[in-house]
Amino acid sequence: MQLSNVREISSVLEVIGVEKRYPGVVANRDVSIQIAAGTIHAIIGENGAGKSTLMKTLYGLIKPDAGQIKVFGSEVNLKSPQDAIALGIGMVHQHFKLADNATVLENVILGSEPTRFGFVVRYEEARKKLIEIAENYGLDIDPDEPLSNLGVGERQRVEIAKVLFRGAKILILDEPTAVLVPQEVDELFANLRELVKKGLTVIFISHKLDEVLSIADDITIMRQGTTVATRKPNKTNKKELAELMVGGELPKPKAGELKVSPESILSIKSASYFRADGRQILDGVNLELHGGEIVGLAGVEGNGQSELIELIMGLIQPASGSVEVLGLDAATTLTREIRNAGVAYIPQDRQRDGLLMTAPLWENRILGHQFAEPMAKSIWVNKGAAMEDSKRVVGEFDVRTPGINVLASALSGGNQQKFIVGRELTGDPKLIVAAQPTRGVDVGAQAIIWEHLMQARSKGAGILLISADLEELFSLSDRIAVMYSGKIVSILNPAKTTPEDLGLAMTGAKSA
Amino acid sequence: MTKSRIFWGIVAPTAAIINSLFFVYIILKLRGVEPIEMFKLMVSYGFDPRNLVSEINQTVAYYMAGVAAAIGFKMLLFNIGIDGQYRMGAFFGAVVGAAVNLPPVLHVLLIILVAMLAGGAWAAIAGYLKVKRGVNEVISNIMLNFIAAAIIAFLLSPNLLGSLPEGSQNLQTKPIPSSGQMPTIKAFEGEIYSFLFIAVVVGIGYWIMLNKTVFGFNLRATGLSFRAARASGVNAPRMIFITTVLSGAIAGLVGIGTLLSDTHSYSMAFPSGYAFTGLALALLGRNHPVGIFFAAFLWSFLERSAPVLEFEGVPPEIVIVMQGTIVLSIVIAYEVVARINLRQQQRAVGSANSENQIPVAEQVKETK
Repeated sequence: MQLSNVREISSVLEVIGVEKRYPGVVANRDVSIQIAAGTIHAIIGENGAGKSTLMKTLYGLIKPDAGQIKVFGSEVNLKSPQDAIALGIGMVHQHFKLADNATVLENVILGSEPTRFGFVVRYEEARKKLIEIAENYGLDIDPDEPLSNLGVGERQRVEIAKVLFRGAKILILDEPTAVLVPQEVDELFANLRELVKKGLTVIFISHKLDEVLSIADDITIMRQGTTVATRKPNKTNKKELAELMVGGELPKPKAGELKVSPESILSIKSASYFRADGRQILDGVNLELHGGEIVGLAGVEGNGQSELIELIMGLIQPASGSVEVLGLDAATTLTREIRNAGVAYIPQDRQRDGLLMTAPLWENRILGHQFAEPMAKSIWVNKGAAMEDSKRVVGEFDVRTPGINVLASALSGGNQQKFIVGRELTGDPKLIVAAQPTRGVDVGAQAIIWEHLMQARSKGAGILLISADLEELFSLSDRIAVMYSGKIVSILNPAKTTPEDLGLAMTGAKSA
Repeated sequence: MTKSRIFWGIVAPTAAIINSLFFVYIILKLRGVEPIEMFKLMVSYGFDPRNLVSEINQTVAYYMAGVAAAIGFKMLLFNIGIDGQYRMGAFFGAVVGAAVNLPPVLHVLLIILVAMLAGGAWAAIAGYLKVKRGVNEVISNIMLNFIAAAIIAFLLSPNLLGSLPEGSQNLQTKPIPSSGQMPTIKAFEGEIYSFLFIAVVVGIGYWIMLNKTVFGFNLRATGLSFRAARASGVNAPRMIFITTVLSGAIAGLVGIGTLLSDTHSYSMAFPSGYAFTGLALALLGRNHPVGIFFAAFLWSFLERSAPVLEFEGVPPEIVIVMQGTIVLSIVIAYEVVARINLRQQQRAVGSANSENQIPVAEQVKETK
């Protein structure tokens, strides 16, 4: 039986002393991993720990400078992803590479279509093969469904099917859960277990420790370009893994005393909003926020959170109801005035909404603050103040950069985020709208950002925390408001709620 | 960092020009002409004092078109409507200039103001359509160029605003009186338009506006990222509209040097094609006021020295080939430079990180 054959070889994939240098930087060194057949092997590490470099090496996108890679016991020299695919290594990318206007089947076969005479696509054969794969591995997909109808979890399954279609025996999944809600994560994990049961091997990259502990058979920790340890999940715990990842004790956010001020700084009363195509996005939202408290806003993405943020920032106007921010009517106040009144805004899409990617850091320090002193002096931009304060932000928030003249796009995502948070928390804002403040950020940076948010709270700022990270919501929030389908369906006390309850509320099930 | 930016800012266009010379070299060689001799001939003809004067005057007009295009580019707007805006500016400047009687300096200033208003107003149509109706500015501007030419041709008829001087086949506006004319500077047996100084002022003003003011910051921010600018509190659609009008106002000045120092009236003989040239120059000069100046001079120089090639049996159109390859090469060169820069910076970021990291990593080794 093929399955037992696979199991006889102890390691399907072996990495021995791999090193990758870029001029001035060692991205990977002395990386050694053994991946056993039929297992889920997690690789964890902070941003910049060298996970992506290693994955790119395994997928043939970059060539290592030293070391060996053995696939199914024999040494290989991967020159391109085609080589990797031929050897049975497949990659499921974090950002899906799918065409919206094609069907599932078309997406799956794109690029490796079975053909007649080299140009006529044999759809029937492809469909049969895909259905076979789907049944065999328990993937719930319909070949003829247009991709545009699919949700995130289903799209991910299509990506997995795509890799399997190409005959992959080893699947690399790059942070597959980053985009999923808890229920979708469970489905994914069920799929992955099914895959390994059938003899495939899964390499799972993540920095979410809970998930890794629950799904992996082996966990390899990377730090600063090298592999520092491998653990079995039943012989380790979250604390040890986190410490191995950051190389020391993890700072904990100090909750501090709750001192809620009596006056409301954000008051949303039965606010509704319709999109241009007439679809109702917000439906009678009510929300009060006082100074000195953190209100978490939970919900599956696309349930109106983005629009609610835009309402608060005065970027869009409600169709009915009212939004009052620091005593200003957000419907009639310009965004710049709302900001000047003391509202800090950490947008959820930092690269598109929070930064000028091709401008230097010091100019990005001005962004959002160009309408008030000290970044502006009457009609002039105050370059000196911007340069000086950028240096302060870089120092205080541990932004890893050689200087403030580098372009924002040159920084890693986590460092971009630290810079934005540092910029927005400047000048003691009264209301902080923080959307996904630690998305894609490593454990160390997350701790820094959480600590600063907590500090702002104890200084009396009110914080609206929009997050998809349940751990974040539970660690920071004083109250959690749950949004579903444009409504706030419940307000929970994090001390008396379980993540499962919250997950249920987020999917619209009735909750306590 | 700024030093290397200036370095690359000079290397890229130089490489593009060399590349284009190389290309033209091959073409000339294939025609059996000695390319080096041709280049020498062009240089000596182009730097002849009399030609130099007309090159400078042409440079001023091109410079305005280049700056107008650059303002648009900063907002990712492709102002192909410079042609129409320039015509509107020159025509209404001429009409109003001829109709009023004012003290000398004031008269000139009024004409300049009218030209900017006319150019800006014409551009405002495209701006409005873009912001309010989502019409691509390239389409609307191309249409507006035709419409501007047609309107002016109509208004130039003798019973309206035009006249046909005796012995002339060329319809034109009534002449501007001497109080509304700008003096010329005698140099190299020629006359340089004093409008040159206005061009210098526009260049400096453009630079200060863009780099020193909040308005300029908002303009650049909107161009770099519409969404980020909007989230930062900029009224981004309004910004797009204002920028369009501003670009059109500068475009309105393209023909004013010729109008005030030379012809003193607008006629159908005013040349066309400033839009494409302006866009090419802004690209070549990288939207920088000094860069655009050199680009504008290079263009005038090439065009002026082209006819000399005809004496040697080489079609002067070879200059157009040269201009075309320069533009094509520059686009590639800047893209390459941008990538080199980003890679250098990422490397710098990377090494800054690994400097921080190495001590920690060594500790790990010891504890293992």
